Amino acid sequence: MRHFSSGRLIGILVILLPVVALFSLTVGTVSISWQDALGAVFGNASGTQINTILFDIRLPRILLAIFVGAVLASTGAVMQGLFRNPLADPSLIGVSSGASVGASIMIVTAGGAIQGGALVGLSLVSIGAFVGGFLATLLVYRLATSGMGTSVTTMLLAGIAIGALAGALNSLLSYFSDNDMLRQISLWQMGNLSGASWLKVSIMGVVAVLLMSLFPRDSKALNALLLGESEARHLGINVQWVKRRLIALTALGVGVCVAVAGLVGFVGLIMPHIIRLMIGPDHRWLIPASGLAGAVLLVIADSLARVVVIPAELPTGVLTAILGAPFFVVLLLQQRKDV
Amino acid sequence: MTMLAKDISLHLSGFDLLRNISLEVEAGKVTAIVGPNGAGKSSLLKVLTGDMTASKGDVYLNSRLLNQWPLLEKAQMLAVLPQHTLLNFSFTADEVVGLGRIPHQTGIVKDQEIIAEALELVDASYLQRRFYTQMSGGEKQRVQLARVLAQIWQSSALGDQFLVLDEPTSAFDLSHQKLTLDIVRQLANKGVGVVMVVHDLNLAARCADNLVVIDGGVIAAQGSPELVLTETLIDDVFKVKAVISEHPITKRPLVIT
Repeated sequence: MRHFSSGRLIGILVILLPVVALFSLTVGTVSISWQDALGAVFGNASGTQINTILFDIRLPRILLAIFVGAVLASTGAVMQGLFRNPLADPSLIGVSSGASVGASIMIVTAGGAIQGGALVGLSLVSIGAFVGGFLATLLVYRLATSGMGTSVTTMLLAGIAIGALAGALNSLLSYFSDNDMLRQISLWQMGNLSGASWLKVSIMGVVAVLLMSLFPRDSKALNALLLGESEARHLGINVQWVKRRLIALTALGVGVCVAVAGLVGFVGLIMPHIIRLMIGPDHRWLIPASGLAGAVLLVIADSLARVVVIPAELPTGVLTAILGAPFFVVLLLQQRKDV
Repeated sequence: MTMLAKDISLHLSGFDLLRNISLEVEAGKVTAIVGPNGAGKSSLLKVLTGDMTASKGDVYLNSRLLNQWPLLEKAQMLAVLPQHTLLNFSFTADEVVGLGRIPHQTGIVKDQEIIAEALELVDASYLQRRFYTQMSGGEKQRVQLARVLAQIWQSSALGDQFLVLDEPTSAFDLSHQKLTLDIVRQLANKGVGVVMVVHDLNLAARCADNLVVIDGGVIAAQGSPELVLTETLIDDVFKVKAVISEHPITKRPLVIT
């Protein structure tokens, strides 16, 4: 038996998200009372210093965490459905490995120019990551597409091949980097939300809203695809069109995520999995619920990242796994008991 | 109206899987396809349902070329049950059957009603809230059967409906085999054209209006079971010596080996 009805879980998450977001506003190197935080959000400024911390640092960072978490988890749910594989995650289509190479190339070749060389407010690393992710996805998609359509199995293998190649390129770039570059590369690969700006938030927000409003159109198609491609076709689904659209949206979403936050792992793989264990695989509920849960997880993880080693900060990506993995194990044990 | 294969051939990687096959599946009739392993039965079904495109020849659904029907309209007239369905996500039985309602816009209330009725028809009401991944082979196959039944539950304004079944009874015990044949007969009486691949010749003889024997990619014989099932044909096609008798109750041919 499932432990939650989908409506109830989504309801709980919708209430939980603003609560954790408000909590997150109050924590950090400087503690702010939740009254001040709430007041500031609704326009009663209580002091310039607090206002600066809230509006220039914490609020963009929290919104970025919400959007990145939602996009990573919902694209994870979509990829697992499309690949009919609960172990798939958005990185399977090559976007993360490509982005990682793109970012490393920028760090190594443009090393000195990184701080100064910002293009319309976005760092060269972000742009390198997005371009790298986009090119890798295009390559994987091309390799898997023939006259017969796109083969999901070939895509899986091509993704692994491109991932391995990207891994090698990354090692090569690391080998030729100096200590400072090496540290930048590995920090980038851990995923971090500390670079949040209103520009990043706006771009990420537009992408998140776009994805969340387009995914529901294909929920039923994804449900049918779980039966198999030929079965989905016999249920009236234009499988090739659905695949192309979902892969393009995922590449866009994850590409922008890695560009603004680096490689935040775990959310895209495990969050849809956890939600599926709770409410089942129906994508009409799975996608929005995963998105909300991913947002909640990333906001909590980022709040902790800011406080556990005050006055320093941990990379956010480290904490998503530390928080999410035990929860996932508990769910697995519970499911084993039920069977 | 009919589902019609006109002189189709299928070549794949240098092999002739089907050669010059012409087949007419009439609405309201049951067509059974039999033949030895590798004879081309499943390939024929794939061409008939549009999963594969014939190298030569055309397939028509209700006198329009199959690939000219919009996918959604085709799905409202033609339901296909494959031999195996690899579903390893934990949908409940009623969710799986609900997938069969995807091509229709009848609303959730009507759909729930149809899902419950379809599950009851295949003797699977007790599975409604159970997880597909935890069912036995026979239970899974019954749920899948209910899914394709739900897909063509109501008649379509677009044309006659057809149901294609690839070895629907392979995982069934005796009572569920009989249940499947009864359901197939009921559907035919309602005007649905049914095509099924079966391995058991006696099962085929019992339910088929038109029996098609395929051997080596060509049609070896077709017609009513009484005419088609002869001792020489079984020897020629299956290389098995058999005696043809008559079923004491149904009066259908009975193959004894």
